[in-house]
Amino acid sequence: MYVIEMRGITKEFPGIIANDDVTVQLKKGEIHALLGENGAGKSTLMSILFGLYKPEKGSIFKDGAEVVVNGPNDATKLGIGMVHQHFKLVHNFTVLENIVLGDETTHRGVLQMKAAREKVLALSKRYGLEIDVDKEVQDISVGMQQRVEILKMLYRENEILIFDEPTAVLTPQEIESLIQTMQGLAAEGRSILFITHKLDEIKQAANRCSVLRKGKMIGTVEVETTSKEALSEMMVGRKVSLSLDKKDANVGKEILHVKNLTIKGETGHKNKLTDVSFHVREGEIVCVAGIEGNGQTDLVYALTGLNGIESGQVSMMGQDITKAKIRQRGELGMAHIPEDRHKHGLVLDYTLAYNAILQRYYTPQFQRAGFLKQGEITHYADTLIERFDIRAGQGSETIARSMSGGNQQKVILAREIDRDPHLLIAVQPTRGLDVGAIEFIHSQLLKQRDAGKAVLLVSLELEEVMNISDRILVMYEGEIVANVDPKSVTYQELGLYMSGAKREVNV
Amino acid sequence: MKTIINKVKGSGAGLSILSSGIAVLAGLLIGLIILLITDHTQAFPAFQTIITVGFSSIRNFGELLYSATPIILTGLSVGFAMKTGLFNIGASGQFTFGAYVAVLIGVRAEFIPPSIRLIVSVLAAILVGALWGAIPGFLKAFRNVHEVISCIMTNWIGIFLVNFMILNTIFDETRNSTMRVPGDANMPGWGLGELFQGANARPSSVNSGIVVAIAVAIIIFIILGYTKFGYELKACGFNQNAAKYAGISEKRNVVLSMMISGGLAGLGGGLHFLSGAGITMNVTDTLSYEGFTGISVALLGMNNPIGIIFAGLLIAYLQQGGFQVQHFGFVPEIIEIVTAVIIYFCAFALLIKSFFSRVGRKRADVVAEVEQVKELPKIEEEGSDK
Ligand SMILES: Nc1ncnc2c1ncn2[C@@H]1O[C@H](COP(=O)(O)OP(=O)(O)OP(=O)(O)O)[C@@H](O)[C@H]1O
Ligand SMILES: [Mg+2]
Repeated sequence: MYVIEMRGITKEFPGIIANDDVTVQLKKGEIHALLGENGAGKSTLMSILFGLYKPEKGSIFKDGAEVVVNGPNDATKLGIGMVHQHFKLVHNFTVLENIVLGDETTHRGVLQMKAAREKVLALSKRYGLEIDVDKEVQDISVGMQQRVEILKMLYRENEILIFDEPTAVLTPQEIESLIQTMQGLAAEGRSILFITHKLDEIKQAANRCSVLRKGKMIGTVEVETTSKEALSEMMVGRKVSLSLDKKDANVGKEILHVKNLTIKGETGHKNKLTDVSFHVREGEIVCVAGIEGNGQTDLVYALTGLNGIESGQVSMMGQDITKAKIRQRGELGMAHIPEDRHKHGLVLDYTLAYNAILQRYYTPQFQRAGFLKQGEITHYADTLIERFDIRAGQGSETIARSMSGGNQQKVILAREIDRDPHLLIAVQPTRGLDVGAIEFIHSQLLKQRDAGKAVLLVSLELEEVMNISDRILVMYEGEIVANVDPKSVTYQELGLYMSGAKREVNV
Repeated sequence: MKTIINKVKGSGAGLSILSSGIAVLAGLLIGLIILLITDHTQAFPAFQTIITVGFSSIRNFGELLYSATPIILTGLSVGFAMKTGLFNIGASGQFTFGAYVAVLIGVRAEFIPPSIRLIVSVLAAILVGALWGAIPGFLKAFRNVHEVISCIMTNWIGIFLVNFMILNTIFDETRNSTMRVPGDANMPGWGLGELFQGANARPSSVNSGIVVAIAVAIIIFIILGYTKFGYELKACGFNQNAAKYAGISEKRNVVLSMMISGGLAGLGGGLHFLSGAGITMNVTDTLSYEGFTGISVALLGMNNPIGIIFAGLLIAYLQQGGFQVQHFGFVPEIIEIVTAVIIYFCAFALLIKSFFSRVGRKRADVVAEVEQVKELPKIEEEGSDK
């Protein structure tokens, strides 16, 4: 018998069948991975289990008995909890309030926060989920936000836990501890559904894995006895090469030059950036590595003009751009794949087509005499959809909000790479993409570089850093502590630099 | 019912109309209940009057067009700002300021020939409305003062400043209001008054103003939907961070948007008091009715310029009914209640709408919509959510 069985689920959206007669069976106490390309229908399937969508066909069984899940409240009653791909926390509430929200204990109408606080603290201690209960959610890191989401489920004593791409936004260290937490929970007899695009994580954490392809269930396999190659072949329907073919870099003139960049922190805090100097040349991919929160975001904001600079100088192609406006930088040939796709990257209520021209809507290609050229815009979006294999129910007319996470990311990538920039600043560009798409994006980045363009890549993933960069800058507490060649540095060494245990003398 | 719902479910616009329609029906129903409670013998005839009066005679229809003119414009003012993420509740002040300047020029600038004087005074009304709207715009853009607060302040400052200026420039003591603008410096009638005259009655007050209002609505519709400028404005309204990332100057857009919004309200004021219908500005210390009704009109029209035309007509229609129920011994305020209920249901309509379209949409988005309703400045036209 299964704790949860979803049988013959079919769910349609305008223009697309997101789930087509899908059956999954979850055993008690197992970690069950769900794998599939971007837009394969994983989030949709889980949202159905959580009661957010109503399927056209199919039924759900809990412990063998058919149940109806008409909404998250029903799901909670059945002991089902979910951590969403894009978190759903109330930003100006504290961590504690967020955890309790919707399940408050009251006494004569007055909130009883004291008992709740104790319970939350006890849970946090027991599962090693470190949180700051009194901080507002807007002030905590993504990693902590996720721990809050997990505690929310534990607070409700959920038995069935759904994690929708929990690791996409985490640092390797956080992923490690998340997996441990999940294993601990499973050992206690809770059952976990775990969506991820990273095969290593599946290998490490999951017992079984179900694979979805274009809405259809391809099959469920034992992870132990299935190779990564076999998994990805099931997912894509063809062999995927997991290695890149990378030619030697052919480095040319300097494109970006950063000199003594310093950004002060809020009063009483350390500098966000201290005396950062480096350069990026034509034909190379320079990677900024480091643990999240060591100044990478501030550096990118400063380079792209989203924030101002206190002291130091940034120049691009010989021109001083320290004070240049964002648009001037764009026109000089700087493109930017931002870290937070929902905050900066997309106007979620615009269509795919309108998002595709976000950086170029004002150019003669897309407007004449102040009027947008709708035909041209649609045509352009269609070419991007074609080239970057963006999957969306209603093509260029799809509202960005309704697209799957990975496909939203592809829209941004397509837009920025297609600007054919002299300098591409890419922050976590492959976050949330499936292996096939990652392969494609990496090859695109290499193509940029081989065409003599400069690429500055900010990544938290060591493997990505090692595989595609030509030079690695390691950031630690707002400083560049190492400038190394990926061919002559080991993972261990990088780890030491990143944790501040080691630093190069002359950076 | 279900099939109708299913039919319109596909299109966002259909859904908007459906939910606005439900709001109107609910408002009327509650109006009827109140009529019944007040005086059940007269309730049904009075209710019938409310429903039919605007169409009861061709002249009444003309009056309807006349009173719809200013509220379509203030509705556009609020709706336009809302589309760009701003809540302009300062339309009252901008309306009053525009009106004053238009009347001032109409009365005092006798050195300009009347037909040109009309153009000058209408343009001046737009300009002054825009400037009065620019103040909250600047405060928002450069000092991060919430526009609702500064709009409330500019409303009251506007009212008392205008009173003061009326008293010192164009006050007519015998009527305790402004002097009249000479006939030929008013909006031309274009024969509309006679067209909507009907048998044995005076011509109605409708004039070329309604044509201007509708034309302006269409222009705003085109700007928002089809131009580069509209693209920028809406991007700022939907997601300021993304707009900034795209190199759009949010500060400039906030100021421009408030200026356009103010200009629309100012134009409404100008057209209203240059209608030639003989109305003059009173010296009172209440905010102009038209400004506030603009909020209702915008809400009912789901911030869509074309929707606002119809919403303006509808509210004007109800007001006419409110005037008429007095013949049955009811107070005209009944209509205020009906309008208010409609507006409540309109805000609620966003919920009704997401209720109907929930199949296929995330509950979480519904929650987001509830938050939008709570946080008025963020109410967006949901019709775009195809
Ligand atoms: N609310 C919605 N309205 C319309 N279409 C939707 C909606 N939600 C999802 N879809 C479509 O259904 C398909 C499946 O989306 P889903 O989010 O389940 O993909 P996914 O497997 O989670 O992908 P990813 O790995 O990119 O997150 C996509 O093509 C998406 O465009
Ligand atoms: Mg997903």
